[in-house]
Amino acid sequence: MTDWPLLSTITFLPLLGALFILLVRGDEETIAANSRAVALWTTVVTLVLSLFMISRFDGSSADFQFVERASWLLPGIDYAMGVDGISVLFVLLTTALMPLCILASWHAIETRVREYMLAFLVLETLMIGVFCAMDIILFYLFFEGGLIPMFLIIGVWGGARRIYASFKFFLYTLIGSVLMLLAILYMYWQAGTTYIPDLMAHGFDASVQTWLWLAFFASFAVKMPMWPVHTWLPDAHVEAPTAGSVILAGVLLKMGGYGFLRFSLPIFPIASDFFAPMVFAMSAIAIVYTSLVAFAQEDMKKLIAYSSVAHMGFVTMGIFAATTQGVQGAVFQMLSHGWISGALFLCVGVVYDRMHTREIAAYGGLANRMPVYATLFMLFTMANVGLPGTSGFVGEFLTILGAFQVSTWTAMFAASGVIFSAVYALSLYRRVTFGQIEHEGLQQIADMDRREIFIIAPLAVATILFGFWPMPILELTAPSIDALVAAYQEALAAHYGGTQ
Amino acid sequence: MSTYHAIVFFPLIGAAIAGLFGRIIGDRAAEYVTTGLLILSAILSCISLINVGLAGDTQKVMVLDWISSGGLDIDWVLRIDTLTAVMLVVVTGVSSLVHVYSIGYMSHDPHRARFFAYLSLFTFMMLMLVTADNFLQLFFGWEGVGLASYLLIGFWFKKASANAAAIKAFVVNRVGDFGLILGMAAIYFSVGSLQFDAVFASAEALAGGQFDFLGMTVPMLTTICLLLFMGAMGKSAQFLLHTWLPDAMEGPTPVSALIHAATMVTAGVFLVARCSPLFELSPTALNVVVVVGALTAFFAATVGLVQNDIKRVIAYSTCSQLGYMFVGLGIGAYQAAMFHLFTHAFFKALLFLGAGSVIHAMGDEQDMRKMGGLRQLIPATFLMMFIGTIALTGFPLTAGYYSKDAIIEGAFAASAAPHMFAFVLLVVAAFFTSFYSWRLMFMTFFGTARCSNETLSHVHESPPVMLVPLVILSFGALFAGAVFAGLFVGGEQTGFWAGSIFTAADNQILVELKQVPGWVVLSPLVMMISGFVLAWVMYIYRPAWPGEIAEQHDLVYKFLLNKWYFDEIYDFIFVRPAKWLARLFWKGGDGYVIDGFGPDGIAGNVLRVTRRMVALQTGYVYHYAFVMLLGVAGFVSWLMLTGGLS
Repeated sequence: MTDWPLLSTITFLPLLGALFILLVRGDEETIAANSRAVALWTTVVTLVLSLFMISRFDGSSADFQFVERASWLLPGIDYAMGVDGISVLFVLLTTALMPLCILASWHAIETRVREYMLAFLVLETLMIGVFCAMDIILFYLFFEGGLIPMFLIIGVWGGARRIYASFKFFLYTLIGSVLMLLAILYMYWQAGTTYIPDLMAHGFDASVQTWLWLAFFASFAVKMPMWPVHTWLPDAHVEAPTAGSVILAGVLLKMGGYGFLRFSLPIFPIASDFFAPMVFAMSAIAIVYTSLVAFAQEDMKKLIAYSSVAHMGFVTMGIFAATTQGVQGAVFQMLSHGWISGALFLCVGVVYDRMHTREIAAYGGLANRMPVYATLFMLFTMANVGLPGTSGFVGEFLTILGAFQVSTWTAMFAASGVIFSAVYALSLYRRVTFGQIEHEGLQQIADMDRREIFIIAPLAVATILFGFWPMPILELTAPSIDALVAAYQEALAAHYGGTQ
Repeated sequence: MSTYHAIVFFPLIGAAIAGLFGRIIGDRAAEYVTTGLLILSAILSCISLINVGLAGDTQKVMVLDWISSGGLDIDWVLRIDTLTAVMLVVVTGVSSLVHVYSIGYMSHDPHRARFFAYLSLFTFMMLMLVTADNFLQLFFGWEGVGLASYLLIGFWFKKASANAAAIKAFVVNRVGDFGLILGMAAIYFSVGSLQFDAVFASAEALAGGQFDFLGMTVPMLTTICLLLFMGAMGKSAQFLLHTWLPDAMEGPTPVSALIHAATMVTAGVFLVARCSPLFELSPTALNVVVVVGALTAFFAATVGLVQNDIKRVIAYSTCSQLGYMFVGLGIGAYQAAMFHLFTHAFFKALLFLGAGSVIHAMGDEQDMRKMGGLRQLIPATFLMMFIGTIALTGFPLTAGYYSKDAIIEGAFAASAAPHMFAFVLLVVAAFFTSFYSWRLMFMTFFGTARCSNETLSHVHESPPVMLVPLVILSFGALFAGAVFAGLFVGGEQTGFWAGSIFTAADNQILVELKQVPGWVVLSPLVMMISGFVLAWVMYIYRPAWPGEIAEQHDLVYKFLLNKWYFDEIYDFIFVRPAKWLARLFWKGGDGYVIDGFGPDGIAGNVLRVTRRMVALQTGYVYHYAFVMLLGVAGFVSWLMLTGGLS
């Protein structure tokens, strides 16, 4: 069992499921039903396997585990997989959200079901691959490849302006990808390898680091997304089907932050330190600016999308604070935002499936008819606001604590986010669920059914459980993050100690 | 499992049962379960006060580890010392009485299970706040009571005004929390811990330290204290952050009694008392506390003079009394502030619940202009309100007499720079307090009835389930001062507090306040009598006078009636600009600048170019995706063919 390539199995199992779906024959009904079933079973088995992987993961070690390495394209460019304390939980986040997404699409998607499930399964493979890849070329393939199924999900099953939205998404990411690819090629040329641990140890020249850092930054900042390259996100979310939004907010948004942690900080420490003030400024602006913009929104999904940008501001701030609390807070915030924002988009999906509009003004008074919905929506609203006792608080607080040690200005702007988030999130909640039912169409609206509750319940449990007891996550990530921060500080000390 | 687990977690269990299973077990069962558990919790709290306060049995009870990251280690721990035990009694005592009272008061409401779940949830959060052993757990309780307050203010969620008030309460509190979060970050930055004992142990070092904050070099301890105080100002509705409290009266009246009079709003006072080892070493911070407290006591009392809503009068009174408590803290008489917090809980809860009884009797009427002459119709309620009023105004030997006068005398005796400023404002506020309290009594219970005959015919005394809590509270309002003065601020205070409140060696304020000149001791009494006389003249003897005076001094009257125009000013300088900025950033920033020059601009150019290229003119996204994939494939094959660049 020890030699079994567990990570590759988890990564490519969804692809296998996708092949199965291709084999499905029969009339339209049968194909749809079988595709759904295959997709669900595949994602569930993948989840079980990844849980098994976590159970075997040694949480006390900072090393990459379950490492697989085989020669691949060229000497130095290997097929290499492995997970450490930073990436392992993102794999689990992905595999856990996926079955929920399939379930959430069960009735919502009626056209081209086979292709839809295909796209989701391919997307899962690519997303897991991103977090498992230990070779930068492999990472790049997964990272950019993940965009294609996402384009399709938005572009084919999306709303009215889906072409515009996917086009915008594409344009933003394209520029970043090209720059990152050039940087990767340069690194290969310099270091003769694309194996990530080797690159970390390589120690690029300070002047070279600057350019490479910027190239990577261009790609990751768009993915985060950071202000001012965030405007693709609201459009993409608005047009995406519910499950697409869940994955977009839950997993794809985490790739940028993961990239910063995996590449920018360890491989380009001096440049990271040099550009940290810029990142702080962009994070602070993101928190204040997008929180305000969120307040003005008239579309539920857009509001939550903007709030995501603000929450990602805490992540970038925490990462580049490069203190243990900052980085750990950032990782926690990414995970927690994964299930909280996913749940919020599911909440929007619940009412969208009934009323076919996301316009806030079209709702009001839902608490009268939908008490279960109102309760769950309240829970996730409070988690979004960062109330202590929900997982939303832990990450926010740790990143502020981490940033305060480096830049009090940034910490102050971030802390002001607690005021803004209360304003936009509570006013959204009020406009949707409180008051009298005034719209005729809402008079007969039904509360959440069992399937909907079943989908959202695990997210609610995670939100509360890890709010009161975040220790499992913090302990699992601690060794890798401690090592990362220590190596980073060492590199800085060596550099500045050497030049002085 | 210790007694303290039971005290803290019984309310949570009650809340969970009522909240999750309320529909299954029914409203009645939900009421009994939550109320029963709270009464148990209250009894255990009283026992613990005896154990801790008199027998000195302080404890720390571990519950669970919470956050551990780098050097930061935070656990869920129940810290039980005298300060906590006093709060336990106040919180569970008032809460259990409010639970009982609500069984009667809410009997016609269709959502009682939810109401009782919220009440018990609030109590749990408040208990977590007062038992905290570190700043973060305190903050958990702090935000938790904010959540419960939000839910309860907006309990009648169909009412637009209640929803607005709920959001306002939450957001204004968050302005204070902003300071509290930064304060905690600053503490961790300078001490490396958020655990109370560790932080307090480094107070001396902090007092001499400086650090860089927002580009300025500032004294460490004072900055920390002021940031923490900002949180206290929000929670305790102090001057500038007070605007949410009067609006919070939109919630059901038992909520106003429990949360917005006796417990939650005193959390700020508790915070400063808990942090006395820090504040005691920062004279600047203490002076700020004195000034803010005195301003609040004065300001809120002036506004209370002219309000017509019976609950709003009491709300402003609460705000004003909280100001007294902060002055007590600021002059170093933390024990006196805690004493006033303790007695105030009795008589203010009594007044609110009494007002609730009046409102209940009047068929949900809150406007005092439509009351009058209720004395004979609801005599028991009248008696209870009367007791509450004399306790609040400081009638000799009642609870308020001991605690409030101690603060006023302390302000005179204190050495703090602004102490005379505070003394004068507090004495004037005492006059106002007496006036508005008696005005309330006279307008409600005396004179002729001003309501419709229809309403009048339905006026009825409240049922025993509502009156019994009032009677219990009235005993507290009458005797809590006389009984506990010795322990809280008298000769036995050192042994009673047993180090849970820190006072510097040269802080002898509790002794000095007993040595003030005779006229100082008499001044609150004189003010109380003059306030009573003036109210009697204006509302019994010459009922036409108030209207005439209001007309003659229209500007002053409007100024007070509109609460010094704070809401309007805040709307003008915060709310409107925020809305304007929000739209500007959205339409201008995102829409025009970023999209205009970014993707839309590029897209426009690309489209213009591609329009000439037949193959790509469809603009379908997967074409572009395909092109990108081709690009990637191209790069990879180029790599393979050239064998890389090395």
